Amino acid sequence: MLEIRNLHARIAESGTEIIRGLNLTVKAGEVAAIMGPNGSGKSTLSYILAGREDYEVTEGDILYNGESILELDPSERAAKGVFLAFQYPVEIPGVATMQFLKVAINEQRKARGEEELKTPDFMRLVKEKAGELKIDPDMLKRPLNVGFSGGEKKRAEILQMKLLEPKLCVLDETDSGLDIDALKIVSDGVNALRSPDRAIIVITHYQRLLEHIVPDSVHVLYKGQVIRSGDKELAAELEANGYADIIDAAA
Amino acid sequence: MNMQAKIQRTPAEQGLMDAFDALVSELPGDSAVTARRDRLMADFGDKGLPSRRIEAWHYTDLRTLLRAVPDHLPGETADEIDPVLAGSHVLPLIGGRYVEPREIEGLKVASFRDALSGGTATESLAPLREDDVIGRLNGAFVMDGYTLTLAAGSAPEKIMELQSVQNGGQAHGRFRLEAEAGSRATFLERHAGGEASGLTSSVSEIDLAEGVELVWIIVQERGLEDTHLAQLRAKLAADAKLTVYVINMGGKLVRQEVDVMVEGEGAHFDLRSINLLAGQSHTDLTLTLGHVVPNTTSEEIVRNVVLDRARGAFQGQIRVAREAQKTDAQMSCNSLLLSDDGEFDAKPELEIFADDVVCAHGATVDDLDPVHLFYLAARGVPEKIARALLIKGFVEELLDELDDEALSDALRERVENWLDAHV
Ligand SMILES: Nc1ncnc2c1ncn2[C@@H]1O[C@H](COP(=O)(O)OP(=O)(O)OP(=O)(O)O)[C@@H](O)[C@H]1O
Ligand SMILES: [Mg+2]
Repeated sequence: MLEIRNLHARIAESGTEIIRGLNLTVKAGEVAAIMGPNGSGKSTLSYILAGREDYEVTEGDILYNGESILELDPSERAAKGVFLAFQYPVEIPGVATMQFLKVAINEQRKARGEEELKTPDFMRLVKEKAGELKIDPDMLKRPLNVGFSGGEKKRAEILQMKLLEPKLCVLDETDSGLDIDALKIVSDGVNALRSPDRAIIVITHYQRLLEHIVPDSVHVLYKGQVIRSGDKELAAELEANGYADIIDAAA
Repeated sequence: MNMQAKIQRTPAEQGLMDAFDALVSELPGDSAVTARRDRLMADFGDKGLPSRRIEAWHYTDLRTLLRAVPDHLPGETADEIDPVLAGSHVLPLIGGRYVEPREIEGLKVASFRDALSGGTATESLAPLREDDVIGRLNGAFVMDGYTLTLAAGSAPEKIMELQSVQNGGQAHGRFRLEAEAGSRATFLERHAGGEASGLTSSVSEIDLAEGVELVWIIVQERGLEDTHLAQLRAKLAADAKLTVYVINMGGKLVRQEVDVMVEGEGAHFDLRSINLLAGQSHTDLTLTLGHVVPNTTSEEIVRNVVLDRARGAFQGQIRVAREAQKTDAQMSCNSLLLSDDGEFDAKPELEIFADDVVCAHGATVDDLDPVHLFYLAARGVPEKIARALLIKGFVEELLDELDDEALSDALRERVENWLDAHV
C-alpha cells in the first residue's frame, strides 16, 4: 500500500536535510510502528506523507497504491485516503468542530465523486462515533481544538479518522497526553479500524501503546533513516535497552 | 479681521454650504434650533472639513477624500427592506424621514422632528468637541429620526431595527434612546443604500440608566458609491451593561465614531466590530471611551478583513480618569490583510490618570495562518474552501458571543454572503 523509496527531504526554507535515504514498505492490512529518539524525523516523515509544503523532497519517491503522490497537494492526498493524526493538533478559533467535520467529510466525498452526506445522516454518524470514543457532544460545538485538553485533542483526531475512514492512517504520538482509560478507548478505536484494506502507521515512544495496538512490524528511525526493522519483539527490546545498541550497530 | 489667508473651499465644502442654504427653510425646529443650526453652519464655514492634520482625522483626510456632495434632495425612492432578523419591529427612516409610529410594548416612539420643534433637542445638536465634524454637520442638517424611551424594567422580546435606507442624495438622521432603569433590549441600527451615490450622516444618542442591559448593533451596508458619516454616543449609569457591535460591510467612504462615557460604578461596556473592506473603499472606526468612576470595565475587539485596494483604520482612545481606580479595559484589533494593495492602520491610545488599573491593547496584521490551512487541507478541504472557512471563522467568532442565537445566525448569514461575494 505504501512504499517509500530512498526518500531524501529537507526543510524548504533553510535547506537542512532531515530525511536522509529512508526506505519503508507497509502493506495493506498491516500495522507498522515507528519508534526512534526525539528529533530523528518521525513527525517530519508524517508531514511529508501528508504533503506539507515546508518540506521539499529532493530524491526518492513515495508510492501509495503503486502511484507516486509527491505531486498531489494535501487535500488531494486526503481525498485518496491518506490521514495524519497530528502530534500537535491545531487550534482553529472561530471554526466550529461540527462545521469543520461536515465540510471535511463532504469535500472528500465530492473529490471522490460521491454524494454529499445530508445533515441528519451526518449528525447521526458523528453522534455514534463520538459516543464510541466517549467524547462529550458539547465539545463538538466548540471551535476546533480550541481549549481542548491534550487528551481531548487526541481523541478528536481519532474521531476524525473514524469519520473519514482513510486507507492509510498515520498516528503521530497519539498516545502522548492520554490517561490510562483514554489510551484504552483510543486504542480500541484504532483496532476497530484494522482491516485488510487499510494500513496503519503508529509513531510512538512507548511500548505501552503497542500492548494495546499490537503492531505487525516495528521500525526504528534515526537521523532520517530506518536503521532497523523487526516484529513486535523489537519494541520490547527497545523498552528494555534503549536505542544505544541499535544505533551503535547501525553506525 | 482674520489675518490668516482664507483657505480655499473644496467643492465638497462649498456643496455642503450650498445645500444648507437651499434647505434651511425646510429644516424643522423651533427658533432655538434654527439659531443653533445657523451657528453650526457658520462654524463649519470657518473650519471646513478636517484634514489629516487634525489628529482625530489622521487616517481619514476627509477634506481630500470627500470630493463632492450630492444634491440634498432625498435621492431615488427607497423602500423599507426586510429586517436582518425576520420578525423584528422595524422603525424605518426612509430617505431621512420618519415613517409612522409603531406600537411596541415598553417602548415609547416619537419622531425626532417633533423633538426639534418641541424644544427638547436643541442641546443635543451641539458637537461633542471642536473637531467633531460629524456632530456639527448632522446638527445643522438633521431632518428627522426617532426619539425612543424604553420604560423602566421593560424588556421587549423582539429586536427593534432602526432602519435607515437611502438611495442617493443626502440624508441626516438621528436616533435617541433613553433606556430607563432596569430595562433590557436589543436594537439594530441598520444603514442600507442603493446604486446611486449618496451622503448620509447619522447620530445615535443612547442613555443607559442604572442596571440597563442593552445590545446595540450597527449594520452598515451602504452602497458602493456612498459616503457615510456616523456617530454613536452612549452614556452608562451604575451597573449598566452596553454591548455595541459595529459591522461595516458597505460604503465607499465610511467613518463610524463611537463615543462612550462609562459614568456609573459597576458599569461594563463591550465593543465588537467586524469590518469587511473591499474595492477602493475607505473605512474608519474611531472609538473614544472614557472611564470616569471607579470599578468599571470594558473590552473592545475589532476584526478586519481587507481585500483589493481597500483601506481601513481603527483609532481606539481610552481615557481613565484619576478617580477611576480599578478600571479594567482591554482592547485588541486584528486584521487579515488578504491583498498586497490593501491597508489597515490601528492606533490604540491609552490615557491613564489612575494608578490602580488594568489596561491592555494589542494590534496585529496577518495573512491566513499556513498551519491552519495545512491542517484543513490534510483533512481533505481544498485551499479555496479552507481559506473561506478560516476567514469566516476569524470574524464570526465575535458573533458567537451574542446570546440571541437567531440574531447571531442572521448576522452570520449576512457576513457570509458578503464574504462569498468578495473573497
Ligand atoms: N520546519 C522546521 N524548521 C526547523 N527545524 C525543523 C523543522 N521541522 C523539523 N525540524 C527539525 O528536524 C528534526 C526532526 O524533527 P521531528 O519533529 O521530525 O522529530 P521527531 O522524530 O518527530 O521527534 P519527537 O520524538 O520529539 O516528536 C528536529 O531536529 C527538528 O528540530
Ligand atoms: Mg514528533
